[in-house]
Amino acid sequence: MTASNIKKSDYLSRFTGALKSNPIIVLLVVVSIIVGFSVDKFFSWGNLGNLISNTAIRFLIALGVSGCLITKGTDLSAGRQVGFAACLAGVLVQRGNYAGRLFKSIPEMNMWLVLLIVLVVGAVIGLMNGWIISSFKVPPFITTLGTQTIVYGICLVFTDAQPVGGFQANYTRLITGRIGNPKGFYLPYLLFVAIFFGLLFWFIYNKTCHGKYMYAIGGNEVAAEVSGVNTNKTILRIYVIAGVMYAFAGYLLAAKSGGASASMGMGYELEAIAGCTIGGVSTTGGIGKVPGILVGVLVFELLKIVLQFLGMNPYYNYIVQGLVIVVAVALDVRKYIAKR
Amino acid sequence: MSEYLLEMKDVSKAFPGVQALNHAQLQLKSGHVHALMGENGAGKSTLMKCMFGIYRMDEGQIFMDGRPVVIKDPIDALSKGISMVHQELQQVPARSIGENIYLGRYPVKKLFGFIPMVDHKKMYADADRVLKKVKLPYDSTKAVGILSTSQMQLVEIAKAVSAGCRVLILDEPTSSLTESEVETLFDIINDLKKDGVAIVYISHKMEEILKISDEVTVMRDGHYIGTWDAKTLTTGDIITKMVGRELTRLYPERENVPGEVVFEVEDFTSINPKSFRHVSFSVRKGEILGISGLVGAQRTELMEGLFGIREHSSGKIKLYGKELKVSCPKDAIDHGVAMLTENRRVSGIMGALSVSDNISISSLKNYLDYGIAINSEKVEKLVAEDVEKMKIKTPSGETPIQTLSGGNQQKVIIGRWLANSPDVLILDEPTRGIDVGAKYEIYCIIAELAKQGKSILMISSEMGEILGMSDRIMVMCDGRCTGILDGKDATQEKIMALATQFE
Repeated sequence: MTASNIKKSDYLSRFTGALKSNPIIVLLVVVSIIVGFSVDKFFSWGNLGNLISNTAIRFLIALGVSGCLITKGTDLSAGRQVGFAACLAGVLVQRGNYAGRLFKSIPEMNMWLVLLIVLVVGAVIGLMNGWIISSFKVPPFITTLGTQTIVYGICLVFTDAQPVGGFQANYTRLITGRIGNPKGFYLPYLLFVAIFFGLLFWFIYNKTCHGKYMYAIGGNEVAAEVSGVNTNKTILRIYVIAGVMYAFAGYLLAAKSGGASASMGMGYELEAIAGCTIGGVSTTGGIGKVPGILVGVLVFELLKIVLQFLGMNPYYNYIVQGLVIVVAVALDVRKYIAKR
Repeated sequence: MSEYLLEMKDVSKAFPGVQALNHAQLQLKSGHVHALMGENGAGKSTLMKCMFGIYRMDEGQIFMDGRPVVIKDPIDALSKGISMVHQELQQVPARSIGENIYLGRYPVKKLFGFIPMVDHKKMYADADRVLKKVKLPYDSTKAVGILSTSQMQLVEIAKAVSAGCRVLILDEPTSSLTESEVETLFDIINDLKKDGVAIVYISHKMEEILKISDEVTVMRDGHYIGTWDAKTLTTGDIITKMVGRELTRLYPERENVPGEVVFEVEDFTSINPKSFRHVSFSVRKGEILGISGLVGAQRTELMEGLFGIREHSSGKIKLYGKELKVSCPKDAIDHGVAMLTENRRVSGIMGALSVSDNISISSLKNYLDYGIAINSEKVEKLVAEDVEKMKIKTPSGETPIQTLSGGNQQKVIIGRWLANSPDVLILDEPTRGIDVGAKYEIYCIIAELAKQGKSILMISSEMGEILGMSDRIMVMCDGRCTGILDGKDATQEKIMALATQFE
């Protein structure tokens, strides 16, 4: 056998190994292929572009929550933070001449300034989560359950539960922009945003001290601390990064939807957590890779589109999605039970 | 009727990549203590887990009273009269002793003749009776959480006794017990023997084995080596049979030459009045200071205090004459102090992470490019050097550390600390739970480090290790330093005298 042959068979065995250890991904992909061939218009450029934009935003949220999951935490406030950021961005980016302006005293703002403000606010919320978790040792589940409600409340108060619209045109145009032929093959700008953040997170997780410390804390927090890792600081940083990612996702989501409301992003935390878990982020801590998260989110979005194309009542989506989450975690946990 | 109460024949069990058991066997007699010996990885635990129904055997048979039986799972094993006291205790600390003893098989009575409810009165009365049997002077309504480790172990034995066990497996029962607690345990074992219980006793402590057991079975690499009458064996015999070779030297020749004083501790006192207090000592360059004492002497607490894991209320730590402020492990590490903690699983390894990640975690800052990106080549080089230098047996640097044996895990963690090139190295029970062969390798590493001029503080509960490895020996009792002996003229008796100097 030549060297390249060995390499090929090595890749092949790795590939089959990956298939075996991710049955749920295989299942969902197979289902969508079958549905794709049996339903008209499933394989269309429009559908692909749609899938990409949806996945891109979910991917950013999932990247944010992944750090929490890898350190055995969680972030239930993700969806509300996305919604809050969407509303905040929406309010600030309203046209100066729009009649329904919520805060008439605020002058029309540059969309990049708005982005900056939204990200800073996201960081502050993340900082609050991280501070409570690391300094007061409140379990992340409880902490973020609390902030989830707080953030939702703040969002309702300042929007007065009214939908926000009338955005500056360049804001929506840029975010929903695309390369290529809108009627044929095209790639949304959001794809490149997702690629950029995917690479950035891959770098952070694999090549920086922060990333290594994060995995170490998930693997064994006590051992990490004894090894000189500043665990509090690392956890704080994880939740701040998460907050910034949700804020960014919210900013994009408002533009993509052309409007925002307090209920925006409802349930996104569960989708993000599901995407991570399907993609191999282990709830037992210390395990999870960026490509896996991408695959997990992609497969989950694919599932939603499949259900839609099957013409199923959208209410059923919740049932199916819930089942997928539970099954994914059950399969993940099984891997570690078998190893004992 | 068979001569044996329980017999395991021709047992084989394979895990992916390892033949854990290869035609192993075991014969237990009623009323006898049967020691099961072997290096770690010899298959002792696997064999016991097969008997207790945790693992399914690939091949082989189990006979009880001469009749073949199949043990499906632990519940099945319990119902057949087989009980196991695990090395790691599995209890619910917040619940009462009685509830822990009867967990899963609470006595039930019927309210109004049809609503089943737990019969607490009967449960606690029964529990009090078994507690008396295991000599635990506590009310069974008290929470398990208030008990010491050794007392919790007695609760586990009480659980076995209350289930009417005929076979009792004790997996390293004395690893965390003091001498007097071991005596109590042996009394209980002798009582159980009189009741006709067959006891399997797994331990690495040779003296105990020879004292308590009637027969000894030795295993090596999953094979059955043989069974002997304990009276006919010596410690040397057992070690020879376990490792399959004459172990000529237990401790390596040391060539370290202690130099000037490097590390000084003055009047070091814990914030906890029951813990270490007014401890002063010093360590020289290239010196191994052994730290001896009974369990509960606060040795670990003292070392953790020096390393910043625990808080101290007064006292000074000096390195090269300069005072150190230590309030967390990172402070100590930054000043060149390293500590191998006592419990590898709890505070040492990061199980799911690779060998490479485990080695590099505390020295990552040294491998950065442009101040941010970790240079994987530098990390790989470090790992390759450690693997070679310390003979770490691992398929690759990417292998999860939890799949390695205890000795190899310990070497990885030593490697983690050496990557920081510390001046002072604190080793808390460096060979605990490690088999004989790997122990010798760890001793060689320690000796080599001392030769290189590192100052080493080594806590050990094994008398032989303390005597065999230390230049000087500090003995602690009840939180105080009761004396420092010169390694050359220290004896077991002198150490014990200092270790029991209670106020």
